[in-house]
Amino acid sequence: MVKGEKILIELKNVKKHYQMGETVVKAVDGITIQVNEGDFVAIMGPSGSGKSTAMNLVGSLDAPTDGHIFLDGQDISTLSESDLAQVRGRKIGFIFQSFNLIPNLTAKENVMIPMMFQGIDLEDREEKAESLLSLVDLGERMNHYPNELSGGQRQRVAIARSLANDPEVVLADEPTGNLDTKTGEIVLNFLKKLNEEGRTIIMVTHDPNLAQEYADIVYWLKDGKVDKITKRKVRKS
Amino acid sequence: MIKDYFTLAFKNLKHRGVRSWLTLLGIFIGITAVVSLISLGNGLQVAIGSQFGLSETELITVQAGGLNFGPPGSSVSDSLTVDDLEAIEKLSSVKQVARRNLKPGQLEYNNKIIFGYAASVGDGERRKFLYDQLGVETISGRLLEDGDSGKIVLGYNFFMDKVGLEKPVNVGNKVSIEGRKFEVIGILDKQGSFIYDNIVLMNDADMQDLFDYGDTVDIIAVQARDKNDLMSTKEDIEKLLRERRDVKVGKEDFSVSTPESSLDQINGILNGVKIFIAIVASISILIGAIGIINTMTTSVLERRREIGIMKAIGARNENIFYQFFVESSLLGLVGGIAGALFGTFIGFVGTIGINAWVGADIQPTINFSLIFFSLLGSFLLGGLAGISPALEAAKQNPVEVIRG
Repeated sequence: MVKGEKILIELKNVKKHYQMGETVVKAVDGITIQVNEGDFVAIMGPSGSGKSTAMNLVGSLDAPTDGHIFLDGQDISTLSESDLAQVRGRKIGFIFQSFNLIPNLTAKENVMIPMMFQGIDLEDREEKAESLLSLVDLGERMNHYPNELSGGQRQRVAIARSLANDPEVVLADEPTGNLDTKTGEIVLNFLKKLNEEGRTIIMVTHDPNLAQEYADIVYWLKDGKVDKITKRKVRKS
Repeated sequence: MIKDYFTLAFKNLKHRGVRSWLTLLGIFIGITAVVSLISLGNGLQVAIGSQFGLSETELITVQAGGLNFGPPGSSVSDSLTVDDLEAIEKLSSVKQVARRNLKPGQLEYNNKIIFGYAASVGDGERRKFLYDQLGVETISGRLLEDGDSGKIVLGYNFFMDKVGLEKPVNVGNKVSIEGRKFEVIGILDKQGSFIYDNIVLMNDADMQDLFDYGDTVDIIAVQARDKNDLMSTKEDIEKLLRERRDVKVGKEDFSVSTPESSLDQINGILNGVKIFIAIVASISILIGAIGIINTMTTSVLERRREIGIMKAIGARNENIFYQFFVESSLLGLVGGIAGALFGTFIGFVGTIGINAWVGADIQPTINFSLIFFSLLGSFLLGGLAGISPALEAAKQNPVEVIRG
């Protein structure tokens, strides 16, 4: 499919309000975001702008208070928690700021876990995990535990894990937040490479330079609303 | 998928701290108690039974005093007498009787003094009856005969130097009993009973000289005419003695016991012990279950982040539930395995200990179905204890737990 033809994720006037004591916190207050297949989208905003909430909503980790979220044409705002988990496991790959690997499992086992929840055979899981870890240049370290790996290596394990079920979209939440500039660049280049291979990437960041350097479309959030949308006219590479 | 849960649970358990393992002490102690008790129970039964000479004899024994296993010959207010014995002998259901006196005394040999029991042996038919019924044989020397005076036959343990004299006693040696010299003319073969392997057999005349018990009788051994109907013979004797001693039913100051009734009594004691240990085991297991609930609840709190990650990457609530449930079951199983191993070990060592102590020869056995069921039980208990924490884990909200 040609890039940008098919709408993969669509948030339509989505709101997420929390009751905190007496006051209602409008974390996200009516945002509309559209992500087409093959896009590299950045959701940009300072702390408190609602970008993390937006990320949770896009990633179907959280249900909106109001509005609709469509993933691959399906309205996921009405799904049960179990169905949501299933959809999430199959269609979305997560990369977190703090890597969020499971400490008791090796790099390879961490990559295998999402496939386990999709009921994939053990041999297939192992084979896929090995090839994904090789892809992120960690073929030599697949039997290491997270605490035996550097920050950059852990984030690459997380990238490999996010791809385990061949998701249609990879959601990266501040993927370089805990990494130094150089290591961060390596991780971002992996994401860019994935995008060039046709994978849809959504990256949440507070760093406008990163957002503009890597993403095709940047949604600038401010106070729970989309402040502006900028698009790159010509792709960088 | 089930295999995956076990693999994951196993990995998680491997990384658990000492604290988690300590909570298993309850299950461990409970299962140890159950397994060791049951492994030892049969051994104990045989051991206690053999101590009272309750092997294959078909003897009815009559003793003064209530039904108890206190030392024979210990001060009984109203002893049985030779008259009682002769009255019993005249009962139609009785074939023959034997008078047995059993007296505590001191024995000196090799400049060492020990305390033990001397048993009297009557003359003629009664001697033969006693030897037959007890099945005594010598491994060295000969048994006492009518007219032997100043002569004794000793139990097997004297020969094996197991009575504390620090020197084996053999045929031909002289020992001093209550200050009088006796010649050892025979050693009894091993009986496997504490009483008989430590006994001193002496002719009635010598015993009478030494202890001067007059016409009192400690034990009347009775052989029934019909060995298949010991109960009615027992009832006859009881009726007779009630009349002679002027006591009412239920107020007997004597006891008439058949091998079965003695065995019943031993089993009664053992059952009491079993019930006590079962109660202790139940309490331990209950505490163990609470320990597992506690450690699993802590684990859920500690691993909220992990649960969040699992959910983010596609775990459904039931996946999380099963993972914690299986982990909890395995935790219980580990306690059970440790307990079953240790319990079996205690059963073995205990049986060997009983053998060494009483000179019995009980084979230690491993009860596989007992082990299987205690392992199954601890596995299920672990799972049961894990249900509530696992439900708690399953309902964690990924958004709330994943950040921070």
